[in-house]
Amino acid sequence: MTVVQTEVGEQTSERLTRSALIRLRFFRNRLAVAGVVILAMMFLLAFVGPFFSKHRWDELDFLALLQPPSQEHWFGTSQIGGDVFALTIRGLQKSLIIGLLVAVFSTGLAAIAGGFAGYLGGKVDRSVMWLIDALLVLPSFLIIAVMSPLYRGRTWLVFVVLLAAFGWMVTARIVRSATMSLRERDFVRAAQYMGVPVRKIVFRHLLPNVASILIIDATLNVGATILSETGLSYLGFGVQPPDVSLGSLIAEGTASALTYPWLFMFAGSALILTVLAVSFIGDGLRDAFDPGSNKSKKKSKAS
Amino acid sequence: MNTPSSASNLIEIRNLSVTFPSEAGIVRAVRDVSLDIRAGEVLGIVGESGSGKTVMSLSMIGLLAESASITGSISYNGVNLLELNDNEMSKYRGKDIAMVFQDPLSALNPVHTIGRQMAEALHVHGDYSSEAALRRAIELLEIVGIPRPAERAQSYPHEFSGGMRQRVMIALAIANQPKVILADEPTTALDVTVQAQILDVLKTARDMTGAAVVLVTHDLGVVAGLADRVAIMYGGKVVEIGNVNDVYSSPAMPYTIGLLRSIPRIDDAGSSRLASIDGAPPSPVALPPGCAFAPRCPAAAPECDASVPELVSITPSRMTACVRQTDIAGLQSSGKLFAEIPRHVALQSVTEGVALEVRGLRKTFPLLKGSVLRRRVGSVFAVDGVDLTLREGRSLALVGESGCGKTTTLLEILNMVAPEAGTITVLGRNVAELSRKQRLEMRKDLQIVFQDPFASLDPRLPIGDAIAEPLDNFGMPKVEQNQRVMELLELVGLQRDHASRYPSEFSGGQRQRIAIARSLALNPKVIALDEPVSALDVSVRAGVLNLLAELQEKLKLSYLFVSHDLAVVQHVADDIAVMYLGGIVESGPVDEVFAKPQHPYTQALLSAVPIPDPKVERVRKRIILQGDLPSPANPPAGCRFHTRCQVRATLPAEVAATCVSDRPELVLRNASLVACHAPLN
Ligand SMILES: Nc1ncnc2c1ncn2[C@@H]1O[C@H](COP(=O)(O)OP(=O)(O)OP(=O)(O)O)[C@@H](O)[C@H]1O
Ligand code: SF4
Ligand code: SF4
Ligand SMILES: [Mg+2]
Repeated sequence: MTVVQTEVGEQTSERLTRSALIRLRFFRNRLAVAGVVILAMMFLLAFVGPFFSKHRWDELDFLALLQPPSQEHWFGTSQIGGDVFALTIRGLQKSLIIGLLVAVFSTGLAAIAGGFAGYLGGKVDRSVMWLIDALLVLPSFLIIAVMSPLYRGRTWLVFVVLLAAFGWMVTARIVRSATMSLRERDFVRAAQYMGVPVRKIVFRHLLPNVASILIIDATLNVGATILSETGLSYLGFGVQPPDVSLGSLIAEGTASALTYPWLFMFAGSALILTVLAVSFIGDGLRDAFDPGSNKSKKKSKAS
Repeated sequence: MNTPSSASNLIEIRNLSVTFPSEAGIVRAVRDVSLDIRAGEVLGIVGESGSGKTVMSLSMIGLLAESASITGSISYNGVNLLELNDNEMSKYRGKDIAMVFQDPLSALNPVHTIGRQMAEALHVHGDYSSEAALRRAIELLEIVGIPRPAERAQSYPHEFSGGMRQRVMIALAIANQPKVILADEPTTALDVTVQAQILDVLKTARDMTGAAVVLVTHDLGVVAGLADRVAIMYGGKVVEIGNVNDVYSSPAMPYTIGLLRSIPRIDDAGSSRLASIDGAPPSPVALPPGCAFAPRCPAAAPECDASVPELVSITPSRMTACVRQTDIAGLQSSGKLFAEIPRHVALQSVTEGVALEVRGLRKTFPLLKGSVLRRRVGSVFAVDGVDLTLREGRSLALVGESGCGKTTTLLEILNMVAPEAGTITVLGRNVAELSRKQRLEMRKDLQIVFQDPFASLDPRLPIGDAIAEPLDNFGMPKVEQNQRVMELLELVGLQRDHASRYPSEFSGGQRQRIAIARSLALNPKVIALDEPVSALDVSVRAGVLNLLAELQEKLKLSYLFVSHDLAVVQHVADDIAVMYLGGIVESGPVDEVFAKPQHPYTQALLSAVPIPDPKVERVRKRIILQGDLPSPANPPAGCRFHTRCQVRATLPAEVAATCVSDRPELVLRNASLVACHAPLN
């Protein structure tokens, strides 16, 4: 017998839907919850921290250049006398939002484009593939640079959209080939014969079955975006000096990591904590989506 | 168990246990099995999937995976085969003990010709020169019935059909005059008419070599026709062993009793329902503490869980493993063990309404060649000329061998669009004339249950959501959906709290129930069932079949039941349509068609189905068709069956000629429709 009877006698008429089950399984996973808590604390730090800071991020203390952490400057000061605590927090604000938004947007785009292309095939598939190939061969940094006059001065959120727009193609391809094989499965056919519309088939049946690909992709994207965003800053857009991001702080601090470790350490730790928290959440989500994983549920399966 | 070894025992297996490590725990595939194989006998080993029959037979020729740990002994000629290393074992393999596998394609080397592979096998063990070996190979191919053997020896394995490959495997097996032939599910992958051919060849092979044959299978019918003794395996143990006639006529262990009563018979529709054994076979990683059958056994008592029952002799030639053996006969006669329940009788179609009508349906697939520029080089006539009439409240079975177009027909009907040719009428409406909206509405009335319940349920969707999906799709409010899901779960014999579980937590039989529940959600009038039990374990099939019959009665459903298993059809269907190579050759009421088949193909098909009763099975005259199913890309002209027809040869020349020139139409004759120029009976 595969199913172990858990409730004795009494017949429930309650049932848990998939989303309820996923939530349940997610929050039963300690690491995942820890991830959520860490991430929440990072946000708290980033947005509430400034109110407690003794210095503003753009305030320079010419009497304290390159000072190690002290009572006055908790995380020390930079070459030009900026307060590293305030700078780190400022960077964290930007980077958290950019990292998470870009990850969610680009993975979402990959899921939708790959899912529909793989399921529908034909013309839709050909156009999506054409777009993917075109975007892959075009040097994205260059395009962003060429287009930069168009959005210079506008909010850096444009930048999020751009980063996402150039980051979804490879994953979309993977999703597409995964859905192409899923499309032939009987459960998809069953849904078709029940008259389930295309949109629902893709979102309810296909994407959940490639959830692990998507989650891994999104998780990796967070860290990668935070770091690569600096590259674009050099090209003159995104987060511009004197404004800072975790990426720029790390990039600048690395050179003096051994001599003035506080320049690098705090921003680095913030990045590591963020990435760690996100990957805990990712793992938790993956297990919550995958009924075969036993981590997030009691062992109720016998075979 | 200490049976004294006797001279006639060829192989003596003593206390054999085989375990494998696995993620989920230790897999106890074979548990303390002791068994003798006597010289020249045919020993059937019957068991469901996972019962350990393959592992046991593989351990006799040392072909188990490296990870297996084996204890006990297997002695052959005084040698313990388990102590031999691979090199020493290979002297026995093929020469003394030969093997025929279920899947001959994986056992043959794809890059060498058949002749060369056979010659090699002969050369290794025998004293043949390579030339003599090739000659002998051709001789052997002739013995196993390969036409034009000298020519075919030059072919590669992929150029052979499944049946022909299995013949080659048998030829290879008998090449060195072995003492024992192990055949693991030798016919499971084959169609029934081809199965009949192969079983016949196996008999010839046995007679020629005098070898003992160990026939491993889940099919009780196959064993009935061939075996002298039968061993029934369950949960890694032999639970009953004895003479075939005795075991079939008076099974003694509850599992055997249930199993034999749970399989439908083609020669007897029976007045009672099939016995259904609750639950599913145990997982070999989590076996019950005592008798492995205890969780499903209607006779289980506390003592059954105390220790694993040993095989004990109950008559000189019979042994069973059941602690309550002495009580079983009593329980059986008092109806406490798999009691007979009267069977549901077909509704005489009260309304005479037609649920589904198909006329002249055709569906061809393009045959493409070339990998870059795909050119159409021809057509596969998957379905060509199918006529079906399903009356309200009845079940129509569509039967035929694999590749004859059954599933294509079904999918064409379910697509509900205008077919390539012909008409499809569902509940009085021609599907070609439906608007999009009407078609969607129509889907409520026509639902499908797929063959493989492991593929037809979304692994990432809890079953409650899966059952609710059609309801949601047609806009039922959430609260009502919930109500209905619970209702449906109970209707198919599952529990309400199952709703929040994922498909992976259920066994095959339970999943098929879930799929049935989903198909019933919208109160359909017609359900198409595509081989609904063929992917299930033998012992759980009856449960699902009974459920289907019950639902039909309760909900006044009409079933279009696709199957290749005629015994199942006999049990569930009211009408039958026999399909051959894309077309219907005969259709009519089941009783009529089974009793007096008019088309030669129907006749051959019926005679090829093995009957799980040795007394009947052995005296039955069997029509063995020649050859294989022709390719639907290139169907024979005229009557499509003429290349294999057993009747045509007996016809006067001018009728025989029309068989080749004119395709016969379906015409009404004695209550059935038949497409043949020279119908039988
Ligand atoms: N190499 C292996 N590693 C791990 N487990 C194995 C291995 N081979 C077989 N098993 C397990 O041993 C058990 C018995 O397997 P076996 O193949 O003998 O069953 P069977 O009766 O032949 O079933 P079937 O009807 O499916 O062929 C199964 O649970 C199987 O998964
Ligand atoms: S030992 Fe008990 S549980 Fe097992 S078959 Fe016999 S009666 Fe049933
Ligand atoms: S038409 Fe001729 S070949 Fe076809 S089944 Fe009838 S007798 Fe045989
Ligand atoms: Mg097997």
